[in-house]
Amino acid sequence: MPDSIARVEFTKSMRKEYTVLAPQMLPIHFALFEKIFRQAGCSFAVLQNEGRAVADTGLKYVHNDMCYPALLVIGQFIDALNSGKYDTNKTALIITQTGGGCRASNYIHLLRKALVKAGYGHVPVISLNPSGLEKNSGFSLSLPLIRRLIAALAYGDLLMLLHNQIKPYEINRGESQKTVDGWIDRLISLFDKGKGLSGKEVRKNGGKIVKDFAEIPVNRTEKTKVGIVGEIYVKYSPLANNRLEDFLFEQGCEVMVPGLMSFMLFKADNRLEDIRLYGGSAAKRIAVKILMKYLAKFESHVLTAAGKHGIFTVPAPYSRIKELAGGVIGSGCKMGEGWLLTAEMMELIESGYGNILCAQPFGCLPNHIVGKGMIRQLRNIYPESNIVPIDYDPGATKVNQENRIKLMLAVAREGQSRATRVI
Amino acid sequence: MDVGSTTLKCVAVDDNGNIVYKKYERHYARITEKTAAMLSDIAERFGGGDMTICVSGSAGMGLSETLGLPFAQEVYATRTAVSALLPNADVAIELGGEDAKILFLTGGLEVRMNGSCAGGTGAFIDQMAALLEITPIEMNALAASSDKIYTVASRCGVFAKSDIQPLLSQGARKSDVAASIFYAVVNQTVAGLAQGREITGKVAYLGGPLTFLSELRKSFDSVLGVEGICPENSLYYVAYGAAISPESCETGLGSLIERIRSCTANTGYISCMPLFESREDYAEFQERHKKNTVERVSLEDVEREVFLGVDGGSTTVKAVVTDSQGRIIFSDYMRSSGDPVPLVKSFLERFYARYTKSKIVSSAVTGYGEELLKNAFSIDFGVVETAAHFAAAKKFLPEVDFIIDVGGQDIKCFKIRNSAIDNIFLNEACSSGCGSFLQTFAGAWGYGIEDFANLGLFAEAPVDLGSRCTVFMNSSVKQAQKDGASIENISAGLSVSVVKNALYKVIRAADTDDLGKRIVVQGGTFLNDAVLRAFECETGRDVVRPDIAGLMGAYGAALYAQSNSFGRSAVLTAEALKSFRHEVKSTSCGGCPNSCRLTVNSFGGGRSFIGGNRCEKPLSGATCGPDALNLFEYKKELLNAYRPVKGPRGTIGIPMGLNMYELLPFWHTLLTRLGFEVIVSPESNRKLYLSGQHTIPSDTVCYPAKLLHGHIEALLQSGVRTIFYPCLTYNFDEGLGDNHYNCPVVAYYPEVIRANVPALRDSLFICDYLGIHRRRDFTAKFHGVLSGYFGGISFHEVKDAADAAYDEYESYMKKIRLRGKEILRAAEKQDLPVIILAGRPYHLDSEVNHSIDRLVRSCGAAVITEEAVSGEAARFPTRVLNQWTYHARLYAAAKYAAESKNKKLNLVQLVSFGCGVDAITTDEVRSILEDSGRIYTQIKIDEITNPGAVKIRLRSLFAAAGIKAAEAGDIQKERAERSA
Repeated sequence: MPDSIARVEFTKSMRKEYTVLAPQMLPIHFALFEKIFRQAGCSFAVLQNEGRAVADTGLKYVHNDMCYPALLVIGQFIDALNSGKYDTNKTALIITQTGGGCRASNYIHLLRKALVKAGYGHVPVISLNPSGLEKNSGFSLSLPLIRRLIAALAYGDLLMLLHNQIKPYEINRGESQKTVDGWIDRLISLFDKGKGLSGKEVRKNGGKIVKDFAEIPVNRTEKTKVGIVGEIYVKYSPLANNRLEDFLFEQGCEVMVPGLMSFMLFKADNRLEDIRLYGGSAAKRIAVKILMKYLAKFESHVLTAAGKHGIFTVPAPYSRIKELAGGVIGSGCKMGEGWLLTAEMMELIESGYGNILCAQPFGCLPNHIVGKGMIRQLRNIYPESNIVPIDYDPGATKVNQENRIKLMLAVAREGQSRATRVI
Repeated sequence: MDVGSTTLKCVAVDDNGNIVYKKYERHYARITEKTAAMLSDIAERFGGGDMTICVSGSAGMGLSETLGLPFAQEVYATRTAVSALLPNADVAIELGGEDAKILFLTGGLEVRMNGSCAGGTGAFIDQMAALLEITPIEMNALAASSDKIYTVASRCGVFAKSDIQPLLSQGARKSDVAASIFYAVVNQTVAGLAQGREITGKVAYLGGPLTFLSELRKSFDSVLGVEGICPENSLYYVAYGAAISPESCETGLGSLIERIRSCTANTGYISCMPLFESREDYAEFQERHKKNTVERVSLEDVEREVFLGVDGGSTTVKAVVTDSQGRIIFSDYMRSSGDPVPLVKSFLERFYARYTKSKIVSSAVTGYGEELLKNAFSIDFGVVETAAHFAAAKKFLPEVDFIIDVGGQDIKCFKIRNSAIDNIFLNEACSSGCGSFLQTFAGAWGYGIEDFANLGLFAEAPVDLGSRCTVFMNSSVKQAQKDGASIENISAGLSVSVVKNALYKVIRAADTDDLGKRIVVQGGTFLNDAVLRAFECETGRDVVRPDIAGLMGAYGAALYAQSNSFGRSAVLTAEALKSFRHEVKSTSCGGCPNSCRLTVNSFGGGRSFIGGNRCEKPLSGATCGPDALNLFEYKKELLNAYRPVKGPRGTIGIPMGLNMYELLPFWHTLLTRLGFEVIVSPESNRKLYLSGQHTIPSDTVCYPAKLLHGHIEALLQSGVRTIFYPCLTYNFDEGLGDNHYNCPVVAYYPEVIRANVPALRDSLFICDYLGIHRRRDFTAKFHGVLSGYFGGISFHEVKDAADAAYDEYESYMKKIRLRGKEILRAAEKQDLPVIILAGRPYHLDSEVNHSIDRLVRSCGAAVITEEAVSGEAARFPTRVLNQWTYHARLYAAAKYAAESKNKKLNLVQLVSFGCGVDAITTDEVRSILEDSGRIYTQIKIDEITNPGAVKIRLRSLFAAAGIKAAEAGDIQKERAERSA
């Protein structure tokens, strides 16, 4: 291969003077992550640029049949480099690399190809992965860093969960968002002091967070409860899903979006499943089990805290979600969101969010299987469930998507009024 | 009020639910205007007082937001109406302008509408009717007298179009085509919307197309096996449902009309730069382009030798007669409604009548209709389109290094390096935003294409519509209308999007500098100044547009005829034309199980032409024999040898699809050794596909995966009660890449089958997760899995069987590699070109590859496959993560071709539509080849593939590769001479 594509390493000396840019996905979580990376000593920034230019730039530099998240993430990076805001000789990019069998593992390579095409071949790209796929002397995912990220992730999940459950009912509009913002600031200042990151503290602060949300004055009117599942980026990123949560909120819905922790547990668990199904090393199994136990502990802190006041719907823990999937889809189905997506739909239905929007990039391969492919089966098990798959891509118009969502909501409301009549 | 994408429907209902007023009309995008008019009509009859009003429909959403009116979702409105008017209906099917909906009303309410990528609706029928140059109603009448159904792609309009075009140019009867279009709509609805639910019971047909087109209803009846009804007021169900929906609220009609009228267009859409800042700019632009003209002479009474060039394009037929200096004597640009033969005949007659003293001494024909016309009129040469266009472009700009031709159906671009065609880009069937695309939009709003395009010249804020295929564009335009874009701005936006589509989708240029410096643009679409200007703005270059932009193919053919002339032409003379006749018969070929539908054209004088064939068999009358130079056939032969062997443990069925095309030797041996009789599902065909179509949950998954549903049905129908189809996350590790995954669809499709095929409920379906990549663990794991289903199978039995299976697989792959090498050697000996037809193992299925292997053979090249040579190249770094076993072979095979000394060896990549992974592999394979100066050719295949388009690609490849080889020879010769 030509040398032009050779990887530019992110070296130790770069660490001091470079700004590391990351794409946006989950606004709450990423605000916390940003802080933790900064503490780890890099000048780190989560990109906030949006708008049509992002998708257009993506279209220009990425194969148009590539999935929408690739297009947007790469588009967001190059759009940012084009903006003149950053000295491209002092900028590095960071992107996750999962290494699974889905196309997503290739994002980093497509990003590098695109950078070369756009004349930024000199910009180093850091792979954020837990498996040691690519090494950079200036950046490593150290154990303390991982622990901090896990704690931040737990806070993020909790804030997102509570915010979604209060926002539709709050009497003073914007109060739950204010509470989220306030807690992000508080957590960051705790992090600054090196506090708030242990399991114990997560449990303690979790309790305080829940208390704050529980005290927000609400007016419990009847809302349509909608669950959102899907490809991870499209499900979470407002840029990709045309501000789906805001739209549903305006339509009078309460939204439940499963958190990021179960996805992390799922990714770790896949290694165990591989060993169980196909064979593999015992040492690896033990290491993964330790990691899972650690993650599960933080998960339980979040869920216990959320359950305390009895006013919040608490999602099932990962172990229960996996149990649910068992009867429907094999636990070896691991590419993309794998069986977890199917299981999340089941969990949502069982906890009262039977109206489900399954968001995926147009042509998403795993979703042919675990999303659209499983809806029929779920309808057999839960005849009242009301699931609509929505495709997202740069050509899909908002009108088209909203029309389909409105259809789902109309059916949901009919179900609701029927239920009321029965009562 | 139901404001749809193309029509406006209004219903007024009294307190008892009786319809007291109804009206239906097309709104031609003038939504507010038409709505106000219709409401005024109501106000006149019933007074302008308070009324309960509710809006529905896809374009109604915007209107309801602007006016603050309540909105009822249209599918749900239909449901409300059906409950009130047809309480005992089980299923309602409603086709609208751009939407298709199914409502399952009994046995669990389910309502569905088509996803974002799906044609098969009213707009699609309109588009097809326009293609046939008739109205939909006339199409309905024609369909009634059909006696044959052709398969037409039912996924989206663009696909269907590329199926219909060749049917027409091969002379298929319009009535048969009309009926086939209706069947395509039905299949689309069933495949896209039923999603595993059977349509039975009392079916109601609603919406415009189903109301007006009785033949369409009949097609539904015949496919579904029901007798559906089209109830009274079938056009107004959405409007009626809205009227009686609980959403509706009281509004003063008079004031509402006022509000609609005063509703000014907001400019809330994203726009791009205007095409021209001023009239002066436009004048300068026109002046500049006037220079590129070809000289015309009219020498009616001069005796001279002339040359004929014909371009039988998809929607037009172009013909040119030139003199020996390349001047045009006579030319015509004729719109074709399918059959090009009468147009060429009339052209020749007119020419002969006027230029009695001229003598055609050589003639050539190019384009889709090439073969038909060549045979019909005894034209001397057939020339591949790309070569013809290059010949013509050189005449205008000898230094040309880039040519882009946007025609009715195709975009063709080619780069020129060292005065030879270096790289060819043709549009995929799914992205053809070409001339006919503009025409369709123009037609939908009641304009001719020229007038429509010119509307945009001075638009101040053209809508930014991006670069997408027609189906998506429809909804983008809908959105723009909603946002208040004027027709001028939409027109300009469409012109820009045609250009963007060509640049970013077809050529995939990141930078316009990629294109070249001296660009010639041609094709009828560029005759529109708006498109030309958009191209210049987007590329930032002044380009050359010949005044005969629409005639370039024909002109090039004439030049080709001249340079290859041997002084005498066989083309039909004026005398011979008098007794010319043209008859078309359709029949089925019996040469092989493909049973192609053939159209046999006879022209008198013993000349005939057969179209619709995928191989040369019906033409040569040759009988079926093994083809020694086609590795596809050898692989099929090998796989066919795995027959059922009676065993003590009963029968197990294996569906022959996806990875089974390679793993059959493995599983067959394994299970046979264990004492099972292994029944393999039959070869795929269209019928088999249709039998499983109703259980497909995702209409955008690739065709090879969809076929699996048919294979399962076939196995069940043959009485098999145990089916083995395991999930395989990992494939064998061949050491070519960083990992050895299967793609998600191949890996987990068994899960989809299990969850969606109801008929499997009474059978044993074994779809466990197995790890063939870990041979050491496999036996124990597989033994564990089997023990869950069958008793009494010992570990040792499994061990022996597994060993035999691994050996069998090895030996199968080895045989393929050996035969591949033999073919390479034989071809080199005979000096034949070789094509590595690279794809996936399942591209061996002739229902998937549409016999492209034979098409390649009929072009005179030998065929091998990727895995035959992928073991030859050493592992090398790729620019992408090389993590799938099948795809690693593609890179390795590309490397092999790139490094081969055999310059007649080329790689052609087969890509299934919807294959997400190939979005990665195609670019990588392309760069591997192009880094070594090789030409990359890609063929996209789907349910249907147009062999004509494939042929053009292959011939262009051969032409380009041939020219390259010849040129290398010339350079050597020159050097030798110089040194001498």
